[in-house]
Amino acid sequence: MLEIEIDGKKLTVPQGSTIMDAAHSVGTYIPHFCYHKKLSIAANCRMCLVEVEKAPKPLPACATPVTDGMRVHTHSDLAVKAQQGVMEFLLINHPLDCPICDQGGECQLQDIAVGYGGGSSRYQEEKRSVPGKDMGPLVSAEEMSRCIHCTRCVRFTEEIGGFQEIGMANRGEFSEILPFLGKTVDSEISGNVIDLCPVGALTSKPFRYSARSWELSRRKSVAPHDGLGSNLIVQVYNHKVMRVLPLENEAINECWLSDRDRFSYEALNSDARLTRPMIKHDGKWHETDWQTALDYVVKGLTGVSAQHGKDAIGVLAGAGATTEELYLLQKLARAFGVNNIDHRLRQRDFAADEGQTGALWLGSTIAEMASANAVLVVGSTQRHEQPLLAARLRQAVKKGAELNLIHVADDELLTRVNAKLIVAPQALADGLAQVLKAVAELKGASANLDLSGVTVYDEARRIAESLVRAETASVVLGSVAQHSPVFSQLLAIGGEIARLSGAHFGVFSEAANSVGAQFVGALPRRGFAGAAVTAGLNAAEMIAAPRKAYVLWGVEPEADCHDGQAAVAAMKAAETVIAFTAFKGDGLLDYADVLLPTAPFTETAGSFVNMEGKLQTFNGVVRPLGETRPGWKVLRVLGNLLSLQGFEQNTVEDVRAEFVGPFGDGAAKLSNAVSGVALDKPAVTGLVRVGEVPMYHVDAIVRRAPSLQATVHAKAPVASANPAVLAAAGLADGELAVVRQGACEVRVPVKADAGLPEGVLRLAAAHPATVGLGGLFDPIELKRG
Amino acid sequence: MAVFANGILFEGVDTSDPNCWKIEAYQARGGYQALKKILTEGISQDDVIAELKTSSLRGRGGAGFPTGLKWSFMPRSFPGDKYVVCNTDEGEPGTFKDRDILRFNPHALIEGMIIAGYAMGAARGYNYIHGEIFAEYERFEEALDEARRAGFLGQNILGSTFSYELFAHHGYGAYICGEETALLESLEGKKGQPRFKPPFPASFGLYGKPTTINNTETFASVPYIITQGGQKFLELGKPNNGGTKLFSVSGHVNRPGNYEIPLGTPFAELLEMAGGMRGGKKLKAVIPGGSSAPVLPGDIMMQCTMDYDSIAKAGSMLGSGAVIVMNEDVCMVRALERLAYFYHEESCGQCTPCREGTGWLYRVIHRILNGEGRPEDLELLDSVGNNMAGRTICALADAAVFPVRSFTKHFRHEFEHLIEHKTPLVNHKWC
Repeated sequence: MLEIEIDGKKLTVPQGSTIMDAAHSVGTYIPHFCYHKKLSIAANCRMCLVEVEKAPKPLPACATPVTDGMRVHTHSDLAVKAQQGVMEFLLINHPLDCPICDQGGECQLQDIAVGYGGGSSRYQEEKRSVPGKDMGPLVSAEEMSRCIHCTRCVRFTEEIGGFQEIGMANRGEFSEILPFLGKTVDSEISGNVIDLCPVGALTSKPFRYSARSWELSRRKSVAPHDGLGSNLIVQVYNHKVMRVLPLENEAINECWLSDRDRFSYEALNSDARLTRPMIKHDGKWHETDWQTALDYVVKGLTGVSAQHGKDAIGVLAGAGATTEELYLLQKLARAFGVNNIDHRLRQRDFAADEGQTGALWLGSTIAEMASANAVLVVGSTQRHEQPLLAARLRQAVKKGAELNLIHVADDELLTRVNAKLIVAPQALADGLAQVLKAVAELKGASANLDLSGVTVYDEARRIAESLVRAETASVVLGSVAQHSPVFSQLLAIGGEIARLSGAHFGVFSEAANSVGAQFVGALPRRGFAGAAVTAGLNAAEMIAAPRKAYVLWGVEPEADCHDGQAAVAAMKAAETVIAFTAFKGDGLLDYADVLLPTAPFTETAGSFVNMEGKLQTFNGVVRPLGETRPGWKVLRVLGNLLSLQGFEQNTVEDVRAEFVGPFGDGAAKLSNAVSGVALDKPAVTGLVRVGEVPMYHVDAIVRRAPSLQATVHAKAPVASANPAVLAAAGLADGELAVVRQGACEVRVPVKADAGLPEGVLRLAAAHPATVGLGGLFDPIELKRG
Repeated sequence: MAVFANGILFEGVDTSDPNCWKIEAYQARGGYQALKKILTEGISQDDVIAELKTSSLRGRGGAGFPTGLKWSFMPRSFPGDKYVVCNTDEGEPGTFKDRDILRFNPHALIEGMIIAGYAMGAARGYNYIHGEIFAEYERFEEALDEARRAGFLGQNILGSTFSYELFAHHGYGAYICGEETALLESLEGKKGQPRFKPPFPASFGLYGKPTTINNTETFASVPYIITQGGQKFLELGKPNNGGTKLFSVSGHVNRPGNYEIPLGTPFAELLEMAGGMRGGKKLKAVIPGGSSAPVLPGDIMMQCTMDYDSIAKAGSMLGSGAVIVMNEDVCMVRALERLAYFYHEESCGQCTPCREGTGWLYRVIHRILNGEGRPEDLELLDSVGNNMAGRTICALADAAVFPVRSFTKHFRHEFEHLIEHKTPLVNHKWC
């Protein structure tokens, strides 16, 4: 520890601290622009110059390491003069367009200018004018004359995004911040540069010129698109969500936000919203009131159950629903006598269901995973599934962690990978079993699985060595693994690796409330808090053996189910499809009978449980749109209308109280342990589809966010395959091909990708262009178009 | 045209011989004897550095830092790569000495860099050559090939255990890449922008490895010091200012060119060597060390000797040894405007004060020159300069400010006259 003095305050700071760190620790503010705690130190803005005794000139606080006995003055004459001098330089070429600048009111330059700037300028020559740039549909770089060249955006894309997409070209006064010529900024976390930009040079394109920052109220919320549970500040004006910003939470999202969480709000204000209940009569949709609609629902459910029995009803819930909704939904279903309820709509392999005791989760805190010395990620298209976790792992690798992969494609992760196995989806389990066998050999222990048929290849051994030598390690299954035909085997093998190596083992929760949905028992074989229940059908079974009635809670089956084609067929064949939804999707309009407008996360109080098992509550930030009602209220009333017991809650807190008590001990209910799963290599002939869900098609909200849909990530998918696969089909890179699953044929261009294993065809799902196809990891045919 | 006298860098070099740069000619002049001496006699790394310290050789790039001391900073025991880098990014206006070393005596530099590699335990060296002297870059590549073929570079040099590779790299003419950390960035393939120091290159240099960077002339002086001894080199100059130095004399003299003279030679003698003032005009001012050095009035300059200490005492710097001579027909406002434009153009744009300040200085001087000056402008120049100097990562801002300060100090009346009367006091003559 070093003893120093800042403005007369004595303090001790650890070796290696900078003056800026030290000043922060005692609450002394030093003005700065280029410095950011998560980025490398550039020391180029020079705003943080301070006086250090015995130094001949003022020194930048952000970059100057503290030495023992150092005496720093942040407000002495020399320091203030230096700071004022820099401020004057920053302003001479900065346009005086604050009144029309989006950054106005939340601008660091504006704020610091008040403290350090002069009333008028001594610079009377012409100001610099810098042409605007096109950075794509999310980040606006129209007013680059405002740029003060702090290079935070440049450093962000390179250091956090992993790939430099923004740079500073030219020299001196002619320097310009710009993307590569003719390229846009395509990082999945690009929006953070808007927050980082201390001036109005980089602004939010969707938000531009729509409100002034001081008119907006700031309300806390939780991101609904992945299992991370990023904390949000939702900014609201006149009962409309105007934009979304990150709320700093070091344990979860740090100070970042993925573009998906930042820009999805646009859908909430879109015309695609369902604003009044609707009933289909004679093939035509009619708007109606809630009373009529709910009566219709009651009649439908009682009618079907009277005619076909309770088992003829299936309940499919989206895991983006709140815990309160999912809790009441399963309670209502079970009280009514329906056991067919599931939220794992994209899962294909349910063999582990019986031997599973708790909610699948990350297996550690997010911070623990990110600080592990070795991580093995199995079956995850990380940058699309979990953009911020991918960035966090990238940081971990920089700090020395070893990242290992078993995946179905050799994607660019923009980081160093220690060892990787790239295999077809059905071979993921064999890949992980190789690692288990090698771990067992290294540890001199034996696994509780029959590994006799497993041959360990070098790369698997390297992964095992990495896990075994690491002091702390994590093994995590991504969405591809969870949707694959060998998910239960992966759970069993992963658990054994964890047991033998001491690693944490878990899953990247796919949706915002995947953990909460399991916990409250939106599952066919486990009830609330793991309670034993009469077993019902799981999501796949409900589709495979079509029901007479479906209740859809925030689900669009064509895009949200493992086999969209079969799901749609099942919906069409049903007598009634009751959809609780925030959007009037084309699919629902086609096969549903009644649409009930339930609130998205911004219009209802609720909670999500993230992948580390943390329950995060939030309140509605705006009034529900039109006749939209919070889901929990709708379920509560429906419970009453169905004359069921236990639907007397008056507030969301009442609902929450019913599950939050048991949840307080939630850790015990989280478990990735499975039993009774045997290793079995599925026999596959022909091509297998690798059907990931693209980043901006994961749920109903993002699918309707126009700016996200305008990005390169939302483009119509191409079918990529190993060049050998294309050659065998007589296709060349870029040609148009016909792919077929079941009854559906789709014409798509093909792309050669040597990073894919043989025997697979990678074609994204949930996109309008591919939505009619079948199972995500099922056989697929490819032929010349 | 280069003229040399009392040389060690150019000892025996017949610049009129088109083959004078070749390895045969160099060896005929006693070249590569220093390297052979070290490797065959087994002179230790410490002894090489001690000899350099004795010689009192100071960095010839401008800062004048003692070379022996610099080499001793290198963590020789550091496991892993270490680098020796030569700075031939000669971009300072008025300086053209390193170009002549590459042109006429490149093997002296190569030998010096090999010895440096030996002394500091580096296995690899780079010479970063200014982008605007491409012919010299090509010649240096040829010289490197010669040295490789002769076995002075590569594995187990001269049968010893010492192996060393040397490569040339040419920049694209950015002045800032002459700043050593910007040079390293550029050499790494990045945009040439100075790094914040500390850490210094000796601990975190090229690719983050310990690196020593010296000027071309510095390296080229090393073989002489090894063969003749540091003491002899020191005695060529004067205490604390050892050896000879190349001066690039330009401006209003009869014979502009490079002159290698012992440090401590009176300026008057150097001026005489350069043929005296052209057309018998009066000496008005001299910039003694390249464009960044403060200008000195002619009469002060005539009292100075050409060495680091004397010029510093007079209020300027020996810098790179670029002596810009100006006669009585020079309008000092115009001269300063030209210099200010250079720094405005060459600022890398990283630090706020330099990026914004260099342009501001230029614009104010430009408007004074054009008869649009305001009474407060000289004060403004001073104030803007004070906000720039010492406020940035590298010394380019200081370099931009020194001429402004010195021109407006020594020739203030010319600026005041222009501001007041809207016409220059001295009718500038291009000649």
